[in-house]
Amino acid sequence: MNGDQIFNSINNIQIIIKNHKEEIEKLDQEIGDGDHIFNILRGLDEILNLKEELLDKPVNHIFKQLGMKIMTTVGGSSGALFATLLIGMSKKYSSDLSDLNNLSEMFFEGVQSMKKRGKADVGEKTMLDVLIPVSNNLIELQNETDFEKVANNINNVAKDGMLSTKDIIATKGRASFLGERAKGHIDPGARSSQLAIEAICNQFINK
Amino acid sequence: MKKFVNEVENILTESLTGFGKAHSDIIDVRLSPDFVFRKNKSQNDKVALISGGGSGHEPLHGGFVGYGMLDAACPGQVFSAPTPDQMEAAANEVHKNKGILFIVKNYSGDIMNFEMGADMIEHENQTIIVNDDVAVEDSTFTTGRRGVAGTMIVEKTVGSLAETGALLEDCKIFGDHVNKMTASMGVAFTSCTVPAAGKPTFELSNDEMEFGVGIHGEPGRRREKIKSANQLTDEILETILEDLKPDNNQEVLLHVNGFGGTPLMELYLLFECGQKLLEKKNIKVSRSLVGNYTTSLEMAGGSFTVTKLDADIAKHWDSAVHTPALRWKM
Repeated sequence: MNGDQIFNSINNIQIIIKNHKEEIEKLDQEIGDGDHIFNILRGLDEILNLKEELLDKPVNHIFKQLGMKIMTTVGGSSGALFATLLIGMSKKYSSDLSDLNNLSEMFFEGVQSMKKRGKADVGEKTMLDVLIPVSNNLIELQNETDFEKVANNINNVAKDGMLSTKDIIATKGRASFLGERAKGHIDPGARSSQLAIEAICNQFINK
Repeated sequence: MKKFVNEVENILTESLTGFGKAHSDIIDVRLSPDFVFRKNKSQNDKVALISGGGSGHEPLHGGFVGYGMLDAACPGQVFSAPTPDQMEAAANEVHKNKGILFIVKNYSGDIMNFEMGADMIEHENQTIIVNDDVAVEDSTFTTGRRGVAGTMIVEKTVGSLAETGALLEDCKIFGDHVNKMTASMGVAFTSCTVPAAGKPTFELSNDEMEFGVGIHGEPGRRREKIKSANQLTDEILETILEDLKPDNNQEVLLHVNGFGGTPLMELYLLFECGQKLLEKKNIKVSRSLVGNYTTSLEMAGGSFTVTKLDADIAKHWDSAVHTPALRWKM
């Protein structure tokens, strides 16, 4: 793992999020207040601006700085949660492990930190409905050598998680104020998280 | 979108800068990280009160910085929680050796960012979570009730107590008490337009309203046909009184808050409806406040807030205050 790969992934995430801007905005306007997409796009712009400064730095340092940047520029729930994810990931990096082992351990740690910060778990109609199953799946597959297979697996788990938010009555976040009215709507944070994972997985599929 | 704007991304900075200049006798504005703070700091040690939240609710919270109320306020992006470094910078600027009291409206984003801010400071600190909106059912399984127009009543009364040199623990207990004695509920006739989005968050037809709406132009509890002011008052105050369960002859503060797009003429009409109804129920409105204090950009509509008064709450409501948006007795 190195700075090039990390920033390449962020680039791909920005492209996929921009391509789905209207959709995410609409999801948020239905059950939230419409700020999610703008917060995400601002965060991506801000961290991509760090590319030159961070490209050659150690991986744990890069993740920590990306987290700090998001923490201080994004705001809202998504800012707090994605910052917590990245800072959590930075703590688990070990230069002795393979990339997939590393990524699994780091992502698991980051998602655990998010659960604590958001006091949320699977089944509450949030981005964690995508991120928790993905982190568990990554741990299971961490010794796999066929990266395309791993990517396909993760992709599917993320999509299932995202779609599962449709029929949940939210108990966390803005959507929880709507009660039954939020039923039938996919959570915008779950959708943007799933798209980010899809962007990363696509780097390993059909290559 | 028709708004006074130069570049959308500069709205907040330009507005905050203007706010600082317009009230330069009372407050100062610091940018990057953004916060508003009191210009004339207290000579005595006191608990420092810091609030904050998404922008778009003006005058909440920056308009309530000054003597007898807040020491600092941290404005986030429109309807988005501020970032932890804003709370850290504000705390370091305004602390006065008796600890920091954060006043936070009950939204996931605000709570998380204030928690992270509290983790970053060395000063002793406590947090009051305001959740006065009875439109949302409270339960241990949900995020719970929202913080809305009752927040400024907590800020006013706890601000007054802090000014007397009270201890952090006592300010925290009093703030939680005022919050429990306070309930709010509102109705929206239109949505509002977040500048970055450029179009209304939702559409309401001419004869519809959102009942039990929050302060972010988010959908309310249910969508209904519009009703007369008396009928709306009945329904809203019934829900509020069910929650507060006032005694016979209970004294209350009645606050009619406009969301930004409704004329004062209608807000006073709504106050008249509310006052009459409470009188019929043997509830005595002995304090009142009518105006646009907790807004939702240009949303039309308004809310009732009722606070049950005891001697302490009444005393701290009546005491002197000098902020950009609330000023009396000095």
